[in-house]
Amino acid sequence: MVQAKALVKRFGDFEAVRGVDVEVRRGEAFGFLGPNGAGKSSTMRMIASVSPRTDGDLRVLGMDPDVEGPKIRARLGVVPQQDNLDNELTVRQNLQVYGRYFGLSRAHVRRKAEELMEFAQLTDRADDEVEPLSGGMKRRLTIARSLVNDPELLLLDEPTTGLDPQARHLLWDRLFRLKANGVTLIITTHYMDEAEQLCDRLVVMDNGRIVAEGSPAALIAKHSTREVLELRFAPGEQTSSSLKVEDLAERVEILPDRVLLYTHAGEAALEQVTARGIHPVSSLVRRSSLEDVFLRLTGRALTD
Amino acid sequence: MATMESTGRVVGSWRAAWLRVEGYFTWYRRYWTSNLYSSGLQPVLFLAAMGLGFGSQVQAGPATGGLSYLQYVAPALLVSAALQVGVGEATYPVLSGFKWQRDYVAATATPMTPGQVFGGQLIWIALRLTLSGAAYAVIAVFFGAWLNFGAVLVVLVGTLTGMACATPMMALAATTFDEGMRFGLIFRFVVIPMTLLAGTFFPIAQLPLVLRLFAWISPLWHGNELGRGVTLGGVSGLAMLGHFAYLLLIFLAGAWAGRRYFYRRLVV
Repeated sequence: MVQAKALVKRFGDFEAVRGVDVEVRRGEAFGFLGPNGAGKSSTMRMIASVSPRTDGDLRVLGMDPDVEGPKIRARLGVVPQQDNLDNELTVRQNLQVYGRYFGLSRAHVRRKAEELMEFAQLTDRADDEVEPLSGGMKRRLTIARSLVNDPELLLLDEPTTGLDPQARHLLWDRLFRLKANGVTLIITTHYMDEAEQLCDRLVVMDNGRIVAEGSPAALIAKHSTREVLELRFAPGEQTSSSLKVEDLAERVEILPDRVLLYTHAGEAALEQVTARGIHPVSSLVRRSSLEDVFLRLTGRALTD
Repeated sequence: MATMESTGRVVGSWRAAWLRVEGYFTWYRRYWTSNLYSSGLQPVLFLAAMGLGFGSQVQAGPATGGLSYLQYVAPALLVSAALQVGVGEATYPVLSGFKWQRDYVAATATPMTPGQVFGGQLIWIALRLTLSGAAYAVIAVFFGAWLNFGAVLVVLVGTLTGMACATPMMALAATTFDEGMRFGLIFRFVVIPMTLLAGTFFPIAQLPLVLRLFAWISPLWHGNELGRGVTLGGVSGLAMLGHFAYLLLIFLAGAWAGRRYFYRRLVV
């Protein structure tokens, strides 16, 4: 569906994407994970065929976006980071007007709008204006709108940023359904849990480059330990205390507010910590996540 | 829900621009009352106040071509309203397409190109100008403001003048990244002086030379002359051709720049 080789995007002197290679296959859910400014959105916009590449090679649906942009876009669905619905039109009108841009007949977009409002659970609000809808509803409408042309490839840029947990779960459920129906998804996110939930395969981006690639489980297995012991200390005690426990783990990360001990047996490590007479304010044993992978690969926490 | 083949396809350029107009019309149908009031009825109020009220104090004379002041001012009020609508529709609504509502961004994620989005906006403004001009022209009939059927041509002159002002403003809006402060300045220091001084209410021969120069380069003066010419007469054919050519030239130059800047803003 998408093949990129040595893809580069420069804005003046600033190099947003510095040689990215990716291949997305039909039917998979592929993720770009990384902090803000990592180059995810720039890459996404090049794939969406709205932003010309500076260098490298890119094929989307087997075509070159520089040459056949409109043809590619006819078969894509795009959910932008920032909603751009028409706030002064109704939910239904938003879907119908947008559908017409894809050369669909009036009768077709009328039918399609009904189907999509059902899918996005917006049928009750069909003839309401968009402006007063909640953030989650607007996001669902944006996703519904992106499906109006039955896209073969759906691009979602930060689909759940700014939504409350309930709205996020509802949205994830809708995305799972799309995937089950064979739609290829490309998702950018800076949420670990989102990437772990939704993506079959992902790349971790940092500073315009890909720093790791694989399935969420494989990335965790490769770049982190099975468990993590998190220790929080009273203010001022963190530095001295962490020195005394360093040897208990394969690797230690010292964050501003806590110390992370990477180990295959978290509980056992915690017992040893207390056996040494060290008493953190709180402790937590958890499984490794993509957050730990990211920390390992970039030396920085993902969310600020 | 999803099939292996997408149903989307690329449509021709003119059709694409027209689909945008369809979209605008969907919006217009919801809000037409307030729109028609500001763009069509406001000049009617001017016609009542200036043409009938103020005009009752003005004697027909050489400056008005021997006509009543109402008849003298009616075509120019249509044209100068078109200037306001043209500039108004080409500034904040266009900036909003890039920045607030972001509907240009939404539309160019579909098979549509920035050029087609630009074209759709252009056609829409032209339709708005023609519609509000026609509404004014019809009402002005009841004031006895028209001499003859040349009034129909005045509507078209209004549309042309409005478009000649709209396209450079669209180009400017496409290169505006702040909240559009400059539009307010343009209204205050260009549009209002133009309305007052470019021959709408009195012939520019009354102006000192410096201001006459300003009037000569302003599209409104050419529109006013052309608008009066097609219904009141008294303007030579060659002069009318000159006014027409001047307006067309500004329109085309603005359209060329606007289309370019639409691409520059939307393809990054």
